Amino acid sequence: MTEKAATPLLLLHPSRGLIDEKFSLMVQNLSQIQEITLHALIHSDDGDYWEAFGHYVSDATGLVNVANDSSLGGTYDGVKPMGLLWSMRPVPGSRIGLRLRKKEVHTPMLVHISVYRGHMSQGFKEQVALASVVTERWYMSPGVRRVDITEGGITGTLFLPPGPGPFPALLDLWGGGGGLVEYRSALLSSHGFVSLALEYMTPRTSGGSTSHVGNEYFEAAFTVLKQHPQVCGDRIAILGLSFGTSVALGMAVYSTVIQPRCLVCVSGSHVQPVKGSLSDVFSEINKYVYYHVFKDVGQLKCPVLMIVGEDDQNWPATESAEDMKQMMEKAGNSHLLTTLSYPGAGHLIEPPYSPHIRASNFMVAGTRQKFVVLWGGETAPHGYAQEDSWKKTLSFLEEHLYRSTEVTSPSNL
Amino acid sequence: MGCQPHHLLPLFGCFCLVFFSRCVSTMVGTSPLLSVQPTRGLVDEKIQVVVRNLPPAFSVTLHSLHHSEDKDLWEAFGQYTSDGQGTVTVAKDASLGGTYEGAEPMGLLWSMQPVPGSRTGLRLRKMDVLTPLVVHISVYSGHMTEGFSKQSPLATVVTERWYMAPGVCRIDIEEHGVRGTLFLPPGPGPFPGVLDMWGGGGGLVEYRSCLLASHGFVSMALEYLSHDKNRISDIDSKTYFEKAFRIVQEHPLVMKDRVALFGLSFGTSVALNLAAYSKDISPRCCVCISGSHVLPVNKSISEVFKKINEDRYKTRFDEEGCVVWRDIILPIPTDLGEKVDMGRIKCPLMLVVGEDDQNWATVESAKDMAQMMRAAGNEHLLTVLQYPDAGHLIEPPYTPHFRASNFIVQKTRQKVIMLWGGYTKPHADAQEDCWEKSLGFLRQHLYPSHDSVPKAKL
Repeated sequence: MTEKAATPLLLLHPSRGLIDEKFSLMVQNLSQIQEITLHALIHSDDGDYWEAFGHYVSDATGLVNVANDSSLGGTYDGVKPMGLLWSMRPVPGSRIGLRLRKKEVHTPMLVHISVYRGHMSQGFKEQVALASVVTERWYMSPGVRRVDITEGGITGTLFLPPGPGPFPALLDLWGGGGGLVEYRSALLSSHGFVSLALEYMTPRTSGGSTSHVGNEYFEAAFTVLKQHPQVCGDRIAILGLSFGTSVALGMAVYSTVIQPRCLVCVSGSHVQPVKGSLSDVFSEINKYVYYHVFKDVGQLKCPVLMIVGEDDQNWPATESAEDMKQMMEKAGNSHLLTTLSYPGAGHLIEPPYSPHIRASNFMVAGTRQKFVVLWGGETAPHGYAQEDSWKKTLSFLEEHLYRSTEVTSPSNL
Repeated sequence: MGCQPHHLLPLFGCFCLVFFSRCVSTMVGTSPLLSVQPTRGLVDEKIQVVVRNLPPAFSVTLHSLHHSEDKDLWEAFGQYTSDGQGTVTVAKDASLGGTYEGAEPMGLLWSMQPVPGSRTGLRLRKMDVLTPLVVHISVYSGHMTEGFSKQSPLATVVTERWYMAPGVCRIDIEEHGVRGTLFLPPGPGPFPGVLDMWGGGGGLVEYRSCLLASHGFVSMALEYLSHDKNRISDIDSKTYFEKAFRIVQEHPLVMKDRVALFGLSFGTSVALNLAAYSKDISPRCCVCISGSHVLPVNKSISEVFKKINEDRYKTRFDEEGCVVWRDIILPIPTDLGEKVDMGRIKCPLMLVVGEDDQNWATVESAKDMAQMMRAAGNEHLLTVLQYPDAGHLIEPPYTPHFRASNFIVQKTRQKVIMLWGGYTKPHADAQEDCWEKSLGFLRQHLYPSHDSVPKAKL
């Protein structure tokens, strides 16, 4: 009988947001001091289910507000407004070593948020929720255009913001996993930058082998951006994660063609064979030799934002950052360096509110070898690192690509 | 060389886009940063429009553009001057002129009008609710009032405005002769229900029901005046509406004792008639916008229309030849056979009227209804919202106002320009306030809450 029973109201705002936007989430119309569980569920493009949940108790007015109230347990605890997203993990019984990555950026991630009676930790599928809503999380804001790039001998995807431009641009480099990963570029474009996600570990043009990808490849990519009619040629930055960082630093120091306005280096290192091609680098890695050739970061001329996780189990990012700082102090250009170091964060520092992965399946590009790689990090501090570093990355890019004016850049008055 | 086609701009044939090989932005050293939050929102949600990175004390024009389903272009604009930090914040800065003035956070939406050279008598209505209204918001250099399509803006952002929240389900209804569209919120329910009725324009108008479902109500948009002439005879009597009400009430996701009636214009008359005289159904509450209780009581729709036709000689025309139907039901009859006996209403009733309603004598009707209820002792059920300078078509907020528009008279299929009334800014304010209060009213009466607990602020 439901004459006197109240129907809880689940209020989530915004119902459609970008992947890096916060949402507000409240449950109203509960009984006072009622135990409930808030639950989030994603059915990924790969067909896996990911979930997160938090245990709450309503106040005297029958209200739970995740912005103020503490989760008493679940996949996250404490006052964590976005915990239902960043603490997600595969549901019990899933395949192992999964990573949640959106390949198709034209569609949103659908997240089902439900409220259940009592404090539950399992069996969500078998129970009827008290209320449920759906929220869309997008990598692309409306008007952003996606374009396949196969010119200049390179393979990549270009994302353009709406509007006439011209816009500052980014060369977006992922790591040794290879492939063409688009979502970060799509998101950067939603923030007003032209962004080129570059495939360089397994470019289709070179038939899957890394041996042909030399520095000219990255220079060609940079040139494609520079010559694009909607790009400000002197406002191009490079964003690299993991191995992409090495590429970014190497190009910034040694290339005469590539002159980035600034660099963002996430979870990477300056330690690499100097001026070698990628296959040289990989043969070094495969030997597990601790090479002693450093990129001379003392020669850097542009601002650099270094982001490292102190629990990075994949690359010695923290030690590298420290070493870079010392090299730059000696060379007198350390004023260009800003380092963000996050305790408890792992290697895969990605755009915020996506689940933390401590370890996952990995295939070394160009080989058929499969491992489970340990990335490191603990969920809560890693979630914080992603949120904070992304915010600071966007500020840094805006500062150097939108705001700053150089004496040499012509402006039409 | 990768030269991408500019899909957004061919509409304006804007080939004065200047392509620089190096960054030579116009008067500013760098591009302005235009942001619109949210980029995807519900139609009734507010947007925050901010321009940053301008020079200080710089003149700009903010412009909105929408390409409607009917292929017309609608636009609005406001002229601004940036502050000392080079920022324009639409929510707090005053527009110095344009289609709206003053600090109007939503002016770029509600003050939209057809672009110069458009067809006349247009009305902006979204008929396909599965897709959003797409609005291009741009910032132009200088204070402009025209020629937006010939000038390149400094920046543009695209925002989507949705009637449908994610997870809302749309279902075609064709049951026992009743025709409509049902919208279900996401979740296991059960939910309160709404029977949603529009006015004499007829057809099947879905967007208000869709938006109500996005707010947690099962809502059915009812077709009762079909544009197909042959269907009129099917929905002659009160039983059509009672059947429609039952369809909502008996839906497995609906709370049987929590179904409301929501009407606009003629839909209000239907709602009042049902609430007072139906022995079969009992609404939990009613929201009645821009309507009247004056109609032949307990008669079929065709008899009602017959009476209206008899009084059509009272039609006036304004200076522009627009049809004014305001006087048709005046004077308010004293004879109880000619108006709904408001003393018989047993549920909470919210009446909404615009004081500049030129289409129906709703202000006089509301006054008369209040008097009748006072005399009968049920006035405590009544809430009246009366809006100065608002017109007849009080709809969900932030959509443009039209003082007059093309209209096809149901019975004769005659095409006229109907005067609805209202002035843009007060009408927009009325829509915003009315919608908020309607939702509050529906939640209060339809969403049961724990009696022992003070109600949470919604």
